[in-house]
This record gives sequence, C-alpha cells and structure tokens, in this order.
Amino acid sequence: MFKKEKMRAIRLASEKEGFVEDLESPLTESGISIKSLYTPADISELDYFEDLGFPGKPPFTRGAYTEMYRKQLWTHRQVCGYGTAEETNERLRLLNKIGQTGLNIVPDTPTIYGLDSDDPLAEGEVGREGVAIDSLEDMRDMLEGIPLEDVSTSIIYNYPILFCMYLAVAEEREIPFSKLAGTLQNDTFTITAGAKAWIVPPSGSLKLSTDVLEFCSKYMPRWNPISLVGYHYREAGCTAVQEIAFTLSSGIAYVEAGLSRGLKVDEFAPRLSFFFDAHNDFFEEVCKFRAARRLWARIMKEKFHAQDPNSMRLRFHTQTAGCSLTAQQPLNNIIRTTIQALAAVMGGTQSLHTNSYDEALALPSEEAVRIALRTQQIIAHESGITRTIDPLAGSYFIEALTNQIESSTQDLIKKIDEMGGMLSAVEKNFIQRQITESAIKRHQKIESGQEKVVGVNVFAEPSEKLNIEIMKIPLELEQKQLARLKKARRERDEAKTRKALHKLEDVARKGLNTIEATIEAAKAMATTGEIGALYRRVYGTYTDPGL
Amino acid sequence: MIKRIPRILIAKPGLDGHDRGARIVASALRDAGMEVIYSGLHQTPEMIANTALQENVDAIGLSILSGAHMTIFPKVRALLKEKGLDDVLLFGGGVIPLEDAQKLKAEGIGGIFPPGSSIQSIVDYIKEALSKRD
Repeated sequence: MFKKEKMRAIRLASEKEGFVEDLESPLTESGISIKSLYTPADISELDYFEDLGFPGKPPFTRGAYTEMYRKQLWTHRQVCGYGTAEETNERLRLLNKIGQTGLNIVPDTPTIYGLDSDDPLAEGEVGREGVAIDSLEDMRDMLEGIPLEDVSTSIIYNYPILFCMYLAVAEEREIPFSKLAGTLQNDTFTITAGAKAWIVPPSGSLKLSTDVLEFCSKYMPRWNPISLVGYHYREAGCTAVQEIAFTLSSGIAYVEAGLSRGLKVDEFAPRLSFFFDAHNDFFEEVCKFRAARRLWARIMKEKFHAQDPNSMRLRFHTQTAGCSLTAQQPLNNIIRTTIQALAAVMGGTQSLHTNSYDEALALPSEEAVRIALRTQQIIAHESGITRTIDPLAGSYFIEALTNQIESSTQDLIKKIDEMGGMLSAVEKNFIQRQITESAIKRHQKIESGQEKVVGVNVFAEPSEKLNIEIMKIPLELEQKQLARLKKARRERDEAKTRKALHKLEDVARKGLNTIEATIEAAKAMATTGEIGALYRRVYGTYTDPGL
Repeated sequence: MIKRIPRILIAKPGLDGHDRGARIVASALRDAGMEVIYSGLHQTPEMIANTALQENVDAIGLSILSGAHMTIFPKVRALLKEKGLDDVLLFGGGVIPLEDAQKLKAEGIGGIFPPGSSIQSIVDYIKEALSKRD
C-alpha cells in the first residue's frame, strides 16, 4: 500500500525515536504487545482489496453490509426475563415503548435445564435469572400484544423446546413461519464450556441443535437458527483472542454438522449468526470484531468453498461485558457500558444489548434499563459515529492490531482443529481449562493492583453507602408460576399430550429431525420438564467435569 | 494460629452455571496453602452436606449468582446441623445484596463476599474464623 523505500525510512526513523515493541510494552489481555506509536511501516504489507475491501463484500473486514448504519441502525435488543410470563410481558412492552427495536428473551434456570417449575431442583430458582416457561401457555402470555410478524425475537435458549413453543404461538396467530425473524441461541459448545447450561451431553445437544439448523434452512429464511456465542466464554474469563477462536471453531463445527445432514453450505451458512462480548479494552475489542469478520470470510471461502458471498458474511449481536460491572460505586458502570457500546458500534455490530448499572447486584431495575437503552440511543442519534462506515479503518494502529489478533486467533483455531475440532476440545475439557487459566491470570492482576478497577482497587470508598434501589424478585412469583403450571396441566388433554410425547421420543430415538414432532408436543401442552426428561432418556445426562 | 491445614469445600449449589468466581476462589485458596475440594456444578444442599461430612471439611464456601441465596444458605445450614456439623464454617459469595448478606449473617452464616472482594480478604477471614473456633 505504501512505497517500500519510504516504509523502510519510516521504520528506521521510528525505531530511532524509540517507538519499539520491547519487554516494557504493555500487553492487552490477549497478550498482544502494544507500542506507544504506530506508523505506516507497521502495516506496509496491507493490501486494500485483499485485506480490507468494502463493507458488504468479502472479506467483510470493514462491515457486514454496504450501507451499515446509514440504512439501518443496529437493533437495540435488551435482554429481558424474570418472574412469570406476565411480569416479563410487562417489561417487554415497556422496553418496546421506550425504544428498543428487537426482543431478547432469557428464561430462568429451571427452564434452561429442561425442568418444570415444580421440580425439586427448581426450588428457589423459579423466575430468578430469567422468565419461567413451563408450557405453551407461558410462551403465549409472555408474547401477548407483541406483533411477532413485525419484530425480531432473540431467544436465549439452546434446545428446540422454547423455539417450538414460539412457533406454536405464531401458528395460533396464523403467521407463516417463513415470515418470522429472530434468533435461537442454540449453541451446544457455549452451553457446555461457557455458560454451563445443558440438558444433555454435547453430542446430544449438537444433534438437537442441528435439527433446528436443518428445519430453518428449509422453512425459515428470516430466522437465525444458531447464534454462535463468544460472550459466555469471555464472561467466564477468557481473552479476546480465545473468545473469537472458540466461536469461529464452533462455527466450523456447525458448518460440518449442516453438511453432514446433506445440506449444501450455501443453503444454511448465510443464516449462521454470532454473538460477542464488548469488553473494556476499547481498541482490542474493535479490532477483534474486524478480525473475526475477515477470518470467517476466509474460512468459509477456503475451507468450505462457499460460493455465495452471504455465506462468508459474519453478522453479530453484542452484549457489553457483564463481568466488568462492579458492585462498588455502581453508577460507574454507566460509563463502562458506554465505552463498551461504543466499541461495538465502531466494530460494526448488527445488534446490541447494553447492561444496566445495577447488574452486579440484581436484575436491571426499570430506571437502570432505561439508562442502558438511552446509552445506545445517544450513541446512535447524537454522536455522529453512524455517518461513516468502519471509521477507524486505515489507522496504523487499528490495522496492525487487527492483523495481530487475526494471527493469534488463527493459531488457536488450528490448535483446536488438530485436537479434532470444537466438540472434541470441549469433551476433553481443553476449552474449559483454557478459560479458567485466563480467568485466574486476570484475577491475579486485579488482586495485585497491576490491573486497575476504578472504585474497587483504586479510588475505592469502603464506607460508601449504596443509594440505589435494586430490583427484588419476590418469592411469591414462584408460587404464582406453580399455580400456572398446575392449571396448564389440569386443563390439557392428557391423552393428547402423552401421544405427542411418545411420538417425539420415537422420532428422537430413530435419529430423525425432531422439530415438527416438538411443535406438536408444544401444541399438546407438553411441558418443558417433560420434554427435558425425554431428552435425558434418549441422550443421557452430563456432569460438570470440574476443575 | 490454626494448628492444621484448613480443608475447604467450595460448592456451586442449585442450577446456576456461573462458576468463574468459584473456580478462581478454589484455585486461590489452594495457592494460599489450604486443601480445597471443588464440588463442581449443580449440587443440592444434601450433596453439599454429605460431601462436607465425608471430606471432613472445616469450612464450606457457596457461590450463588442466581438470586436463590435466601433459600439455599438456610437449607445448607439446617442440614449441617442435622448431621452434627454445627462447627463447620459456612460462608459464600456471588450476587448477594448487602441487605440479604446482613440477614444471612443474623442467621449464623459467616462472611459474604460480594463482587469485587479480594481473595486475601477471604483467606484472612477463613484463618481468623477457624482459629477462633479452634
């Protein structure tokens, strides 16, 4: 891109000035050394067409779409879910009213684990980390008054159960599946090694999630059947490089899974979607997103020979880093979330959730979630950032760092590949151990004061009094849900439910695609716990491998 | 001064799968010279009490980020009492608001370490509490 002799002169001059990488250079969390100054010599090999190109075209480094935010802002998609369907419906409607543009639903832990609210293991947990969804009744009531044909819904769930309940509601409302826009998280690897939220072992989870992939490739052109999640690995403590290496490796595994069903890569790859963290190290995060796009485009082209450029496009949702939020001086978190949201926007995200300032203490209060949403809106409408695409491109530092992140990530993807791929790496506990190692390293840096956390290990005020009103989830909501569940069971046609569950189990045992049978089971009011138990019978159970 | 090496059980009760903190604490307590048993995820209060008995632990640290702490801590406390393990120190951390931490302390649960707590403060707490007991 720049003349060779000029580059050499610049490199020599900058070294003479002392702008070099040495043992004193600070490292990003991923271990990349950062110089105090970058020059054209640092990116002398950069080829505009090969390495950057244009947004909306391979290698997509500069952005997923040709027009990006000028045409359409990223979706403002706040995670929502607590108590019963009623409380969540109320909060969803509030969020829609104050300007969110997409739904993002999180179920409670019993639901996530395929347990009914009255399961002994569910006691004390119902409606606490998310909304309790025991049956179609809950899904229906949660979505009351929300036009599914006009808004896209992201469901943070990793098995067909809630997806099929959602489809059953759409069917009741006579909305064709082909019109539905949304995402099912559905990522086996992230729930086994990142967020630890499984019903069955990884091989069973992979089979079920590929069922969704296959179904959507045929019937749901506007739905993302998988959201390949890096966020959970990052929140569990890994680095930026590990985050995208694990995620892209998961993507590779899912492409292989789709191909193994006889699908052609271009038939399903365009609808694979991604979900990344936006953490504190501003430039590392921006470069991480750019590197991920370029790497994925190259993998899809070179490894899987995708012909359709849409198969090479990495589209992603971002959530600002929950693990960076502090319980001390919680209002500081507004600033953290803002910086992280900025990184996501500068990195070209398609969708964004911003954390609320009180989330180190509780689920977001109304006031806090309002500010979180306003953060996105102020960035979108007041900062001017949206006027031009990939505004940081061409910066010597940004391009050099993007290159370095890509290179380190490629090495780790190769390592995982040599281990047999992501499924193997997860089954061998490799991913989990890598994450724990990074988490321990980071914590030691914070504990020693090497890494500063404002309000915690610097500028702390131990005598501070908490002045904010945090959200409490009353225990009565668990009782309310138990009553809902009882009523749902009492009012259903029990024979019809049994029949549908038998059919589903039969289909599952035969290794066939389970989606249609699961939709029927959902319509017959089979509960989350009944389907979860079915999965365990067919695919077995999985225990945390521990440290 | 405690006379022997403390044996600590770090447990993740309930369905909450967020184990970053528990893993870090378990690892750090080991580095601090304690014997640590990490239970892994999805432990019921019964499983925790049984492990405490079998492993002859001095203290149990519960990690709870799900908000279910007001149900789980008292349950574990009650089971420990049942098994004659009254003198086992029960402490914990996670997403536990100060108000709840104070309520739990009033019920005989020991130190509650919210986000931002230093490992050193946990180590100091354990050493002090155990030497008082011994």
